[in-house]
Amino acid sequence: MSVFHFELRDLPPEAEAFRDEVRVFLREALGTRPTVRRARSWGGFDPEFSRKLGARGWIGLTWPKKYGGQERSFLERYVLLEELLAAGAPAGAHWVAERQSGPLLLRFGTEAQRERFLPAIARGELSFAIGMSEPDSGSDLASIRTRAVRKDGGYVVNGTKVWTSNAHRSQYAIALFRTAVVPDKKHEGLSQFLVDLKSPGITIRPIINLAGSHDFNEVVFQDAFVPEDMRVGGDGDGWKQVTTELAFERSGPERYLSSIALVLALIEHVGADPDPRAAEVLGRLTAQLMTLRQMSLSVAGMLQAGQNPNLEAAVVKDVGTTFEQSVPEVVHALMDIEPTIDTGGDLQQTLGYLVQRAPSFSLRGGTREVLRGIIARGLGLR
Amino acid sequence: MGELGRLLSDTVTRLFNNLVTKELIESAEKGAWPDKLWRALEEGGLTLPLVPEAHGGAGGAWADAHTVVRAAGKHTAPVPLAETIVAGWLLGQAGLDVPMGPLTIAPVHRDERLRFARAGGGGTLHGTATRVPWGATAGHVVIVAEDGATPVVALVARGAGRVTADRSLALEPRDTLVFDGAPVVAAAPARVAPDAVVLYGAMIRAAQMAGALESLLEQSARYATERKQFGKPIGNFQAIQHNLALLAGHVAAAGIAAEHAFVAADRGEPRLAVAAAKVRAGEAAGLGAGIAHQVHGAIGFTYEHSLHFATRRLWSWRAEFGSESQWAQVLGRAIAARGANQLWPDLTMR
Repeated sequence: MSVFHFELRDLPPEAEAFRDEVRVFLREALGTRPTVRRARSWGGFDPEFSRKLGARGWIGLTWPKKYGGQERSFLERYVLLEELLAAGAPAGAHWVAERQSGPLLLRFGTEAQRERFLPAIARGELSFAIGMSEPDSGSDLASIRTRAVRKDGGYVVNGTKVWTSNAHRSQYAIALFRTAVVPDKKHEGLSQFLVDLKSPGITIRPIINLAGSHDFNEVVFQDAFVPEDMRVGGDGDGWKQVTTELAFERSGPERYLSSIALVLALIEHVGADPDPRAAEVLGRLTAQLMTLRQMSLSVAGMLQAGQNPNLEAAVVKDVGTTFEQSVPEVVHALMDIEPTIDTGGDLQQTLGYLVQRAPSFSLRGGTREVLRGIIARGLGLR
Repeated sequence: MGELGRLLSDTVTRLFNNLVTKELIESAEKGAWPDKLWRALEEGGLTLPLVPEAHGGAGGAWADAHTVVRAAGKHTAPVPLAETIVAGWLLGQAGLDVPMGPLTIAPVHRDERLRFARAGGGGTLHGTATRVPWGATAGHVVIVAEDGATPVVALVARGAGRVTADRSLALEPRDTLVFDGAPVVAAAPARVAPDAVVLYGAMIRAAQMAGALESLLEQSARYATERKQFGKPIGNFQAIQHNLALLAGHVAAAGIAAEHAFVAADRGEPRLAVAAAKVRAGEAAGLGAGIAHQVHGAIGFTYEHSLHFATRRLWSWRAEFGSESQWAQVLGRAIAARGANQLWPDLTMR
């Protein structure tokens, strides 16, 4: 039986020096924006902020220089990410492109694709969406039905993607389509494509979330044409690639820091000399945060060492999202305040924002149930 | 983990695998002192990992000692090994010689104060220490006492205080010691915080809990693949799989929180990391023991099965050297006093 091993990691001095640089930049770029805006974090879509970050060379930090990267370590990138998240920086315009699309192209893309897309992503000019889920395919991703059929030097696509975050304000998506139907082998015949979201035959419709915000979309393909040279990797290699891509999505500090703005607002609210109950609540929250940071850093260390910490990443995400969701609960249990949207102080508004976002934390990027299945497999139970 | 840590870890694991049997734990729970086990630990150089080599120790750091303490928890070794490690370190910090044999530490409660009074070249101890682990069995007790405003590390021999024997849920000795002018063997000004026993005691309990939680996960995952119901191993059922995945998360969290505290101790300021570790491991202890018992069903509720060696220890350890509530308040007050802007810098402090 394999017991997961989380080795304690130290960051190298250059990563800590870099942290100071990032903090100075963020203090200037974010100024005194209120906590409730910081709570949006990478849910905030701000192309100007992303371009500023790109101008510093801080998007695609680990990528080769010839594609606009800096060839710095994964641990330096980790420091950048955790600083962005802790400060609540609006990193949404480059988040997906930097975290998933770019690394996917580096791994499986053609030289022409890399040259065309990576430098623009690194400049913070190119936003990406992810086209995976469909109306009848959520956790069971391999059941997708959107078809891409070969025709005239490319593919004709028909079908519908849903929960496509930022499709309405991104230039491209990386989408998973079915290029072949292999009976009884649903993991075969899948392929990934770079899709220009402005192409004819693509209709993007908003899906408004329960809080009234427009982040999600439905993306409908009706005879949309995707050229052959926009396929990422081999025809039929989509499943292998997409599982690699999802691993990038599970291991980061964004899986435990989503509610940190509410912890900060609570500290402000209870003041320097809290009563024993408030002190205990703060202490328990801090204990979780300290522990999760060490767990998350440990996974970053494994990635830096070239290991494959898929199981450990699933553990961090499961424990991390459980913590993120507990924060609004704990604040509610401690305080006699109502969560608000327009009025009230920082604590009330941040609570109002996060209590409505919290359900998504254990859904996005693989549900809690999917993650626990992965962990159970690691324990030898499946 | 360094070279020494790995060596200690291998040695202690081999030794525990050979010697800490069900029979040994059961006999210790009936009150027998496991002398052979203790002697093997001493001969293996595992009792004093932090004492300099010149004084007969292993000359290691807390990060090395961590592997020994975690293993002691995992194997539920019924000896005051972790207490001896802290006691040896306290004596070393004060420049005092470390006697052979099992040691323990006192006072284990924050509100208990023991007073040291100088007399001639030596001194005497005054006050009561409740529920001291192996308080009447250990050869010596290492006490951080008050000498006016300065803390003193004092060494007293077995029998120096009046004993009221008691025990923990795990049937380990937890004895009350009343010192009424008891002579000390040695004493010296402490170069540690006045509450060092509670602080480092909480740290070892966190690591022991992390170890015992590992044992729960291993036992539970194994049982889930062996036990069949409805024609298949119960581990095939998603409800069981998800509970064990949850347990794995608690095991991982407790483990890294505890290790982080030991590394912080080597850096000299472990208070917040120890507080976090005691809180996180304690939470994991309660929830983890619950899951392990649920997976094991009725057989795990019997004395015949070995699951309870870990779960009863977890239930008592989480409440010793300060509860989760107490340490959470310590941590929360520190965080509040430093303010919201300092939270993230503190979390990322090296």
